[in-house]
Amino acid sequence: MSNDLPAGVERRTYDGRERLATQGEPVYGEPTDSDGWRAWDAGRSKLGAMLELDMDTGLDGGETVLYLGAASGTTVSHVADFAGPTYAVEFAPRPVRDLVGVAEDRDNLFPLLKDARDPSSYAHVVEADVDCLVMDVATRGQATVAIRNKQFLADDGRLLMAVKARSEDVTAEPDDVFDDVVSDLEAEYEILETAQLDRFHADHLGIVAQPK
Amino acid sequence: MTDAWFAGVDPDDPAAGATGVREGSADAPADWPAEAVQSGFVADESEYYERLREATIEAASDEVAEREGADDVQLTHAVRAMDDAERTANELAERVVEWAGTLYEDVPRGLDGVRDIADRDPTTPAEERVVSYATRAVDLLDERDELRAFIEERAPSAAPNLAEMAGPVLAARLISLAGGLDKLAKVPSGTVQVLGAEDALFAHLSGRASSPKHGVIFTHEYVNGTRPEDRGSAARAFAGKLSIAARIDHYSGDYRPEVHAELTDRIETIRARAEEGDE
Repeated sequence: MSNDLPAGVERRTYDGRERLATQGEPVYGEPTDSDGWRAWDAGRSKLGAMLELDMDTGLDGGETVLYLGAASGTTVSHVADFAGPTYAVEFAPRPVRDLVGVAEDRDNLFPLLKDARDPSSYAHVVEADVDCLVMDVATRGQATVAIRNKQFLADDGRLLMAVKARSEDVTAEPDDVFDDVVSDLEAEYEILETAQLDRFHADHLGIVAQPK
Repeated sequence: MTDAWFAGVDPDDPAAGATGVREGSADAPADWPAEAVQSGFVADESEYYERLREATIEAASDEVAEREGADDVQLTHAVRAMDDAERTANELAERVVEWAGTLYEDVPRGLDGVRDIADRDPTTPAEERVVSYATRAVDLLDERDELRAFIEERAPSAAPNLAEMAGPVLAARLISLAGGLDKLAKVPSGTVQVLGAEDALFAHLSGRASSPKHGVIFTHEYVNGTRPEDRGSAARAFAGKLSIAARIDHYSGDYRPEVHAELTDRIETIRARAEEGDE
C-alpha cells in the first residue's frame, strides 16, 4: 500500500487520466470538475510531484504550514486547500501580485513579500511550531535557507524541500549538488527520504526531513 | 513588549496591521495567535487569522504596488542624477584647479586636486572662495558615490536578472535609456544593442555612416574586453540575453541562473575565435 494522501487531496479523473486534486477556487487554468475539485498539476508543482511519487510527506491535512518560495501561488493554493493556516513567503514583487489574488479567494492563506534568507523579517508574523515547512526557493544556498528557517518548525514537524540543482550551480552535475545539499542539511535535520523528481521536474531532488 | 506584528495596533485599523506586517521584525517566532488572544487584540484564534489575513493581504498588495510601480522610475532618476553630478563635478573641478593654481604652488591635477584644495585652511579672501568652491565640488562627488550605492542596492530587486547580467549601473542605464523596465522588455534586442548610440544610429540611417555595433553596453567587459573584430558578435549576443533578462524581470520577476550561464558560454565561444582562426 502506498502512502496515504493527506485529507483533502484525492486522485480524480480528468480527461481520462487520474490526477491529484484539491477542492478550491481554480487558480491557473487547471481542469476542474462539477464537485468543485481542481486538478493539481504535478508538472508545475514540486510538492505535487512528491505526492505523485508516493513520498511519505507526513501530511494528514489541516496542518499549519510555512511555505517558502510561494511564487505566484500555484502550489501554495493547493496546500491552502487541504492545510490549516498557510504562510506563503515570496521575495519577488511581480509573482506576489498573483499570490495576493490567490489569497483573496482563501481564508487561510497569508501572503508575505519577504526574503526567505532573512527569517527575522517575518518571525513577527509567522507563528512558532508550524507542522510543515515547504521549501521551493530557487536561490543559491538552499540548505542554508532550510537551516535558518528551522526555528519555525515544531520538533516533530516535517521539512518538505525541492532542491533545484541549477540554482546551486549551473555547471555542476546535479547528483553532486544534491549530495552537497543533503550533507549540509544533515547538520540540523534528519533526512527521512529523498527522491529524484525527474519524471516531473528535471534536475530536482525532493527531500523529506525532520529537525534534529 | 512583544515583537508581534499586532503590537500596539488597533484591531479595527487594518492599515496599521499592514504596517506592522511590513515594517516589523523579530529574532524568533512565538505563539502569536495565543499572544493575540491573551493581550486582548482578538477574542479568539479564528478572529486572529481573519485579522492576520487582512493585514498580510493589504501589506503584500501595497508593497507590490510600490515596488513594482516605482523601482524602475527611481532607478531612472538616480542614474541620470548620478551622471549629472559627475559631469558637473568635473566642470567645477576644472575651474577649481585652474583658479587654485594661481594661488597655491602645489596643486595636484584633476579630482584629487579638488579634494586637496577643499581640505586647506584659507588665509586670504580669494583662498576662502576657491576652497569653498572646491568643497561644493567634493560634495557633488560624494553625492555621485551615494547615488551609485543607491543604484547598486536597488537595481537587483527591481530587475534581478538584468542587474546580475549587466551589473547594477549598466542595468539602470538601459532602463533609463529605454524609458522604463516595461519599455526595455518590449523593444527588440537590436534596439537594446544600440541604446545610447542614437547619434551614430541616425547618421547610419541617413546614409552617412555604417551601423553602430554597440551603444552603452560597450561599457561592459563582455563587449569592450572582446577583440574589435568580434565585438559586433559579442554585442549582439549580449544584447540578446539582456533583452531576455529584461523580459523575465518585467513579466515574471524570478531569478533564472540558466540565462546567465548560457551567455557566459556564448561569450567564451566568441572569444575562442581569437585563438582558433588567426596566427
